[in-house]
Amino acid sequence: MHLKHLRASALVTAALASTSASADYAVDILEPASPMALDAYNLHWGIMWVCVVIFFIVFGAMFWSVFKHRRSVGAKAAQFHENTTIEIIWTVVPLVVLVAMAWPATRTMLEMKDASNADISVKVTAYQWRWEYDYLKEGVRFNSSLATPHDQINEHAGPGKKKNENYLLEVDRPMVVPVNKKVRLLITSNDVIHGWYVPQLGVNQYGIPGFVKDAWFTGTKVGTFRGQCSQICGKEHGFMPIVVEVKSEADYAKWVQEAKAKMPAPEAAPEKVAAAAAAAPAEDPNKKWTAEELKATGEKVYAANCAACHQATGKGMPPTFPALDGSKVVNGPKAGQINIVLNGKAGTAMQPFARLSDSELAAVITHTRTSWGNKAEAVMPAEVKAARK
Amino acid sequence: MAHATHADDHAHGHGEAHDHHGPPAGFTRWMYTTNHKDIGTMYLWFSFTMFLLGGSMALLIRAELFQPGLQLVDPQFFNSLTTVHGLVMVFGAIMPAFVGFANWLVPMHIGAADMAFPRMNNWSFWLLIPAALLLVGSFFVPGGAAASGWTLYPPLIIQQGMSIDMTILAVHILGASSIMGSINIITTILNMRAPGMTLMKMPLFVWTWLITAYLLIAVMPVLAGAVTMLLTDRHFGTSFFNAAGGGDPTMFLHIFWFFGHPEVYIMILPAFGIVSQIIPAFARKPLFGYASMVYATASIAILSFIVWGHHMFTVGMPAAGNLFFMYATILIAVPTGVKIFNWISTMWQGSMTFETPMLFAIGFLFLFTIGGFSGLVLAIAPVDITLHNTYYVVAHFHYVLVSGALFAIFGGIYFWLPKWTGRMYSEGMGKLHFWLSMIGFNIAFFPQHFLGLAGMPRRIPDYALQFHEWNAISTIGAFIFGVSQVLFLYIVVSTIRGGAKAEQKQWEGADSLEWTHLPSPAPYHTFETSPVIK
Repeated sequence: MHLKHLRASALVTAALASTSASADYAVDILEPASPMALDAYNLHWGIMWVCVVIFFIVFGAMFWSVFKHRRSVGAKAAQFHENTTIEIIWTVVPLVVLVAMAWPATRTMLEMKDASNADISVKVTAYQWRWEYDYLKEGVRFNSSLATPHDQINEHAGPGKKKNENYLLEVDRPMVVPVNKKVRLLITSNDVIHGWYVPQLGVNQYGIPGFVKDAWFTGTKVGTFRGQCSQICGKEHGFMPIVVEVKSEADYAKWVQEAKAKMPAPEAAPEKVAAAAAAAPAEDPNKKWTAEELKATGEKVYAANCAACHQATGKGMPPTFPALDGSKVVNGPKAGQINIVLNGKAGTAMQPFARLSDSELAAVITHTRTSWGNKAEAVMPAEVKAARK
Repeated sequence: MAHATHADDHAHGHGEAHDHHGPPAGFTRWMYTTNHKDIGTMYLWFSFTMFLLGGSMALLIRAELFQPGLQLVDPQFFNSLTTVHGLVMVFGAIMPAFVGFANWLVPMHIGAADMAFPRMNNWSFWLLIPAALLLVGSFFVPGGAAASGWTLYPPLIIQQGMSIDMTILAVHILGASSIMGSINIITTILNMRAPGMTLMKMPLFVWTWLITAYLLIAVMPVLAGAVTMLLTDRHFGTSFFNAAGGGDPTMFLHIFWFFGHPEVYIMILPAFGIVSQIIPAFARKPLFGYASMVYATASIAILSFIVWGHHMFTVGMPAAGNLFFMYATILIAVPTGVKIFNWISTMWQGSMTFETPMLFAIGFLFLFTIGGFSGLVLAIAPVDITLHNTYYVVAHFHYVLVSGALFAIFGGIYFWLPKWTGRMYSEGMGKLHFWLSMIGFNIAFFPQHFLGLAGMPRRIPDYALQFHEWNAISTIGAFIFGVSQVLFLYIVVSTIRGGAKAEQKQWEGADSLEWTHLPSPAPYHTFETSPVIK
């Protein structure tokens, strides 16, 4: 804790002085970077000024009364208690003011809801707790999850490592869009309700499992814009940020080429790639793995994908997140566990992990089957591959 | 809040022979009581207990948010804290407090001897205890308490363990209690008014409760239906809210907020009633625009049924849906504004003094209006979309629920404590409590507007570095506010134990029946013979 944070006297001065978007004592909406965000920004200030005017009229009258009409200065109480004319005035005048406010708001609302004629369409799927971006025409698809290391977050045992500049607002692979192009988002979710929220782009839209909702934005400034999941979605709700990089058209084209190169080769089994929701990296299927190799990789995969719920100790947080240590599934037949890890378990927080590669899945399953008190057989990538069918 | 004093007065005016008129001693008095004053007292103590409990959760939340990083709690427990804090404050603290006021005051305000259904009254109080135990006990079952936010949205809520079933059962019991309480209040008001007490002569507090009770009867069954569907989705294979089975999670949101928005007014209309009793008393001037106050209250109640969609501007309703809910929401500002203007006109050219109840009433007027302003900002749908689920919303509803509903409750307690206990609280201490609450509250919640504008989502246990400063300040304010409520407990207890003797008409400008017709403390049984109102 820095002393300055405790300085209550700084409150008022800071509130008045600091209006820059990135400043610590920010008091305004972040600088808009899309036409809709700008509209919302202007609407906000419009209604704020209306409120400020009402504030001074109403509380001017109230405090005048409080200071002048008090018994200690000898005020005698009048006994009036009705006046139809004034009642009508203060019903009608606010009504007119509000209709005047609703007019521009209606225009913006209609504009926000019109996602037609987009230049790019990106399907956004929310998972507990990451985002998947699928560029429908470009054929680019990838996951985006929190990049802040856990040792900066967890301070239960003492101060954590020095926090990154964009602590909790940084991801491994940001969404990238070209500047001045209308981007249509098709937002959905795989498990629970999430919210795709990037304030500076003026988008805040729930992802609802089983339904696709659309929203759109046009990034008018080249730069990086950050947001977060806005709807509580379980344990790691605070840890699924969104980063959007708005790039020049040339840079965007370059990015698409690079991103495409990272995609698995479609000719292997095009229908399977689509069907199994498997954006799994290409790999050599004939490689022979030893149990030790699998365990070593598995530990890393586990830490990245499983430990948030099932915990590093394998004890889980029952009953929402069951223990793997001693679990019947983990110590049971391989097929059962492979099935759950590949396809998830409906009605629970267990999501499908088909996006991971065969070897990663085999590794992490082997890790759980041979760690803590578990002593089950290792699982080979070929078995996972076979189970994908 | 008067258990120490009733015993002395039980024989008031009747002699020892009528011993059934006095309360029995000990626990059975409270267990079996059908007396509206005893039941009112129990409601208020229950509510205060839940308030301290919910407040402790809030302080733990604020302590975790004092600085970035996770220091005190893990994220799942944090989510449970925000969820149960909300449920406890809404269903355990604010609503029962108002029912406590209704029990104490409605019969005395209309010149009735008791509530219409005294045994049901007893039952609707005692139902609260198992409900509270279920809610709070759910922290101790495997998996921890509900962690989905107080709105209980599926599918998230489907994922959790037995604590959800406990929460659902608790909501059912609380709903049954509220419905019974409401039937009781409506029946009492419509049938048991003293001769001459026409509807348009009733104190405004009675009016606000009459309207609130109708709201409760209309919406509590809706909530019960929603949580029952959650229950069958969880255990009996239905798919009301599961798209894979033909259901829709959004439907839960619609049903929940069809309950949820009138619920907001259930928590504020009785506060309007209390403030409408306090301000004229200390301005020594009749309430301005009594009839328009009644109509405004009714308008707010009716409009409250058609604005629920403003909680859902980001679910992806069609433009027409968003626009309809935006217009309806904006419309609510009109009758609410009328109320504010009427209160200020009541103060205008009065002869005001500023005892603690008046301070809380003016605090209410000032801060509730600020909550109204942020409500107006959020009513503008495109602005709401950029602020939905941020701390701006958290600030907004704490301005209307804490400095709105809760400040009115505090004001009401100070106002009627002399009538209830026959003793006067310490004015100096009361004012200290007001100023500490006022300052602590604003330090805690005003900066949250800024956090929301900067894009900080609600219900997160950890946050990006640029949110640090305002969060630290907010936490300091929350602790000032929290600790000053212990002072309130001390003030009330010391008043009951040894406050100065209160007069029958403790407040010069108060003119409802309990002040004009009944001694302080109000005897155990009052208005056994109806007063005649001219």
